[in-house]
Amino acid sequence: MMQSAAVRQLVLLLPALGVIVLLIGVPLGLMGWVSLLEKSASAGVDWQASPGAGNYLRLVWEEDFDGRMILNPTYLVIFLRSVLQAAVTTLLCLVLGLPVALWMAGLTRTGRMVMLLLVTIPFWTNLLVRNYAWLIILREDGWTTAVLNRLWPFGPVQLLYNDAAVAIGLTYSFLPFMILPLYSVFEKFDWRLIEAALDLGATRRRALRRVVLPLALPGIVAGSLLVFIPCLGAFVTPALLGGGKTAMLGNVIQAQFGPARNWPFGAAVSIVLLAIMLAVMTAMALWRSRRAPR
Amino acid sequence: MTDAHAVTIETVSKSFGRGQSAVRVLDNVSVAIGRREFFTLLGPSGCGKTTLLRLIAGFETADGGTIRIEGADLTKAPPFHRPVNTVFQSYALFPHLTVEQNVGFALEEQGLPREEVRRRAGEALEMVRMQAFARRRPSELSGGQQQRVALARALAPRPKVLLLDEPLSALDLKLRKAMQIELKQLQAEAGITFVFVTHDQEEALTLSDRVAVMQGGRILQMGPPRSIYEAPTHRFVADFIGDINLIEAEALAGGGVRLAGGGVVPVPGATPGRVTLAIRPERARMVAPGAGVVDATLVHSAFLGTAMLHKLELPDGGSFLIREADLSAPMPERGGRVGLCLPAEALQVMQA
Amino acid sequence: MNLRRFPVMREISIAVLVFLYVPVIVLTVYSFNANRTATVWTHASFDWYLRILANPSIRAATWNSIVLAGTSATAATLIALLAALATRRAFPGRDTTETLLRLPLILPEIVVAVATLLLFVSLGVSLGLGAMIAAHTAFCIPFAYLPIRARLDGMSGSYEEAAQDLYADRFRTFRRVTMPLLWPGVMAGFTLAFVTSLDDFLTSFFLSGPGTTTLPVYIFSAIRAGITPEINAISTVMLVISILLVSLSFFLGQLRR
Repeated sequence: MMQSAAVRQLVLLLPALGVIVLLIGVPLGLMGWVSLLEKSASAGVDWQASPGAGNYLRLVWEEDFDGRMILNPTYLVIFLRSVLQAAVTTLLCLVLGLPVALWMAGLTRTGRMVMLLLVTIPFWTNLLVRNYAWLIILREDGWTTAVLNRLWPFGPVQLLYNDAAVAIGLTYSFLPFMILPLYSVFEKFDWRLIEAALDLGATRRRALRRVVLPLALPGIVAGSLLVFIPCLGAFVTPALLGGGKTAMLGNVIQAQFGPARNWPFGAAVSIVLLAIMLAVMTAMALWRSRRAPR
Repeated sequence: MTDAHAVTIETVSKSFGRGQSAVRVLDNVSVAIGRREFFTLLGPSGCGKTTLLRLIAGFETADGGTIRIEGADLTKAPPFHRPVNTVFQSYALFPHLTVEQNVGFALEEQGLPREEVRRRAGEALEMVRMQAFARRRPSELSGGQQQRVALARALAPRPKVLLLDEPLSALDLKLRKAMQIELKQLQAEAGITFVFVTHDQEEALTLSDRVAVMQGGRILQMGPPRSIYEAPTHRFVADFIGDINLIEAEALAGGGVRLAGGGVVPVPGATPGRVTLAIRPERARMVAPGAGVVDATLVHSAFLGTAMLHKLELPDGGSFLIREADLSAPMPERGGRVGLCLPAEALQVMQA
Repeated sequence: MNLRRFPVMREISIAVLVFLYVPVIVLTVYSFNANRTATVWTHASFDWYLRILANPSIRAATWNSIVLAGTSATAATLIALLAALATRRAFPGRDTTETLLRLPLILPEIVVAVATLLLFVSLGVSLGLGAMIAAHTAFCIPFAYLPIRARLDGMSGSYEEAAQDLYADRFRTFRRVTMPLLWPGVMAGFTLAFVTSLDDFLTSFFLSGPGTTTLPVYIFSAIRAGITPEINAISTVMLVISILLVSLSFFLGQLRR
């Protein structure tokens, strides 16, 4: 009885685990291996090359004309920009998302359902299309630029192809990722705690700071993670709204697998991106487990 | 060989979990339930009564022992091969089917022709007076109505045994009382063995032909409601069922039991040593000081509507309840001394 | 006094809603603008919609997208349904299994996309519809799995016990009770998987071969070539389809809870 139930479970799980392992696990493992190889003359992967850390070293150093290794800041800057851009976006999403989640939780049942749908819809609509919409709004010959040029006396305004445009696009893309986990915390919130805080002499503002925010912390962390990680690997937003000087990690990976045709180097950049992501997630998990016993 | 019993359970054990964390829920339980009997498993939550019911239904498999239904060994049979049906605590009416489809479910599974299914589902609904609701969905019914549909659904395939898992616990008091009477009538009408699980001792005593009181995975005492109530053999049983006075006492070598700070009551058959005397509050009487077996102080009296409840304090500090049905009896003053009369035939001696 | 109300929260929320929906509305409005420059509003017209209907590359891309989403979502839903049934009861290793099933949600898509490209190219698998279907099926699994699992979690096991008690064997119980009760969750999961595949750009971008462009890949290259009113029109169509499908899935999820 016991035995056959276990076998049945395994058989039912096999297709799912098989697909995930073969089409996600194996490719990632292969990429880790390729990141240690070199590109071949024909722009593919030189499978015969002896594995080494050359691609990773190239992220930081380059060989100058005399054969010495000197610091190459190109990729370091991109890394830094990606992390900063992701951090700024996370913060913007938090500032905008927290009030929405808090307000939603206070609505009637129907109101909550409607808001939930309104917040969820952008989450599922095409990322490309949504970034394209911003392209229309921010472009040089659009009315937004025209209006701002009238108001701004110091020369023409350039809204597109800069870090700010990318930040707007990323915030727009990932805001629902912040609102939804926060809302699920506030939905279960025991509002009598606020009553208690007010009774103990706190103002609404103080109650918000001293009671609501600390209890919402797990939701804040979950939401931040959900925004930060996809931001790090963003490609579409910087590709459409950013310019040459605003490239992020995703653009580097695409370039190496696309026009530059250096797959091993692109693989190395991907692995580094995965490593940063893993580090952030581990840090959060540690923080959570340290907090849990209390 | 035909078995005279509807359900025979022999040395059945069941544990949940494995290794260190394993919990023994049923410990060597044996019961024989007669045909057409209204049999109740009574006990506090976690005593194993629901597990025993689920073993009979086939939702769990016993670790050891045998379960026979009308003589056939069905210990390892899956639920769909057992001629028993269950009324679930939560009713478990299929939300996607109408009342009629719910009641006809088992009949269809048994492969009866469509006409027959409809006819017998109608009959079953009629039995619980729910035929007017045949086309409704369960979610459109009240709790009591859902309860009736659940009963009809379980009775429609004419099982040999009907299992009822605390079916009345979700109803309010008034409805529960009404349903108790109806259940009893239904059983008489259908002529089916009922195995009923409850934690409500009053319900158990009212409904059952026989009651098994369970605790810690064992059956402590089994018998007609009256003997369970009047002659509990275990302290736990005495305490669990109704109000009872438990008095620490000492059995004497020459027969009789001596109360602390009082006289000797002539109860035979106790092994000398420390014992517990049990007596129901309505079986003890108050008499003049010195005229009873022991003297006590009246602490408090309360009017219950049909009786007076007096709380007394015994010489050893223990408290004692007396339920006086005769409202015209003379009432002593609070704080006054009274004598306690404990009729020997009403006393139950339990080894401490 | 409502305890759940805080100062300025409502104002911020309304501003955020405006932020979320204005770009979408602007895009939609522009798609009806008759003027080609797209800066100047001339008058409303359906010209661009008629043009995209007539454009053979858009029609081919749309067909590819539908075939891709339909196939991947069906495969992912079937696989996810089996997995959800298997993970219903606790067993050693369930947490690990669930993490594995959710992996596509956590990993950055671009990394998985290029890794899959690497695998297919090194194995000699030709890029195109087949490659895309395989990759899309993998990342659609969690989108189908989560709604089905949620539905199962909210479903009392006593319905199935009742069915077995009423003489239905395991197979009949699954057909007559489990499946009908699970159906809204399965449909919600399928819809979400379908939308996810339909909207996907990155994976298709790397794995599409010659002649198997999907609609998002087509839109991306068109945007790169310059903003045109046709792009506004296709984007609006994609937007409307996604909104309809997501709303459908949402209502299926709320059904008969």
